[in-house]
Amino acid sequence: MKELSLHLLDIAENSINAEASHIIISVEENSLDDILKMSVKDNGKGMTSEMAQRIMDPFITSRTTRKVGLGIPLLKAAAEMCNGFLHIESHPGSGTELIVQFQRSHIDRMPIGDLAGTILHLVVGSPVVHWTFIYKANDEIFEFDDQIIKQELNGIPLSEPIIISFIRNEISSGIKSLRLASDY
Amino acid sequence: MPTIKSIEDLKKIREEALRKQEVKSASGQKQIIVGMGTCGIAAGARDTMKAILEKIENENLSGILVTQTGCIGICEMEPIVQVQIGDAPKITYGKVSKNIADRIIDEHILAGNIVKEHMINL
Repeated sequence: MKELSLHLLDIAENSINAEASHIIISVEENSLDDILKMSVKDNGKGMTSEMAQRIMDPFITSRTTRKVGLGIPLLKAAAEMCNGFLHIESHPGSGTELIVQFQRSHIDRMPIGDLAGTILHLVVGSPVVHWTFIYKANDEIFEFDDQIIKQELNGIPLSEPIIISFIRNEISSGIKSLRLASDY
Repeated sequence: MPTIKSIEDLKKIREEALRKQEVKSASGQKQIIVGMGTCGIAAGARDTMKAILEKIENENLSGILVTQTGCIGICEMEPIVQVQIGDAPKITYGKVSKNIADRIIDEHILAGNIVKEHMINL
C-alpha cells in the first residue's frame, strides 16, 4: 500500500467482515509530540486476546478464498519501521479496536493520502454501517458522523449523485480546515 | 461535536432526490459492486470506486446503487467490479481501471450491453 488511508480502508473492511454496525475511524496528528496515530474501532464479533495476537501473522486469516492475510502484518511492519507500533484489543462479542502509531516525521512514514476519499467510499459503499470519523490535528478536532445525514435523508440511497457530492464536501472541507501546514 | 454544514441543505437535497426517484427504471435496480479486499485495495480498487462515484456525480446519474464487497478469491484479476441489473445474472469484470469503469457504466449500466472483453468467468 502506498498511502496510510489505503491501510485504513483495509482495516475498516475487516470490521465490516466482523459484522460491525458501528465503526469509528480516528486519525490524530500531533506535530509537537511528532506522533501520527490512527485507530479503527468496531462493535463487531470480536475475538479472544490470543487470536488478536495470532492475526499479526500473515498466514493467519479468516478468509476462505486464500490462506494469506497481509493487511495487518504489512501495517504493523510499516509502523515498526517508523518507530511505531500496532496494537489490537478485542473481546469476543463486544468488538475490536486496532491502534497504530507512527513517528510522524520519520522519513519512511508513508503519506496519509486521500483520507476524505477513503471515508467517502466507506460511507457510500457500506451504508448499513454507522460511520464515525474523527480527525484531530494538534488541538483541533473535526468529527463526522453519518447518522445525522442518514436521518435527514430518511431512506434515500447514498449513491445518488447530489448526496455523494454533499458527503464528499462535508468530509473534505472539514479535514482541510484542520490540516497541519507541513503536512503531506 | 459533529456538525453538518446545513440541515437546510440536506432537506433540499432530500426533496430533489425524491423527485428523481419517482422515475423508476423498467429494467430493475442497477447495482455496482466494487471489490475492496486487501488485494483489491493494493491493486487500485479505491481509484476504481472513485472513478465510478465521480462519473455518477458529474453526469448526474440517478438510480445506481454502489456497494463494496471483500475478496472473492481471484486476486490476480483485481480491481474487480460486478454489475447486477434487476434479476439478470451478476456479471463480473476484472482489472477494472478508471477507463474500463467508465465504459461499464456507459455501455452496460446505461445501454444494457455487457462489455465482453473485460468480463471474467468465475
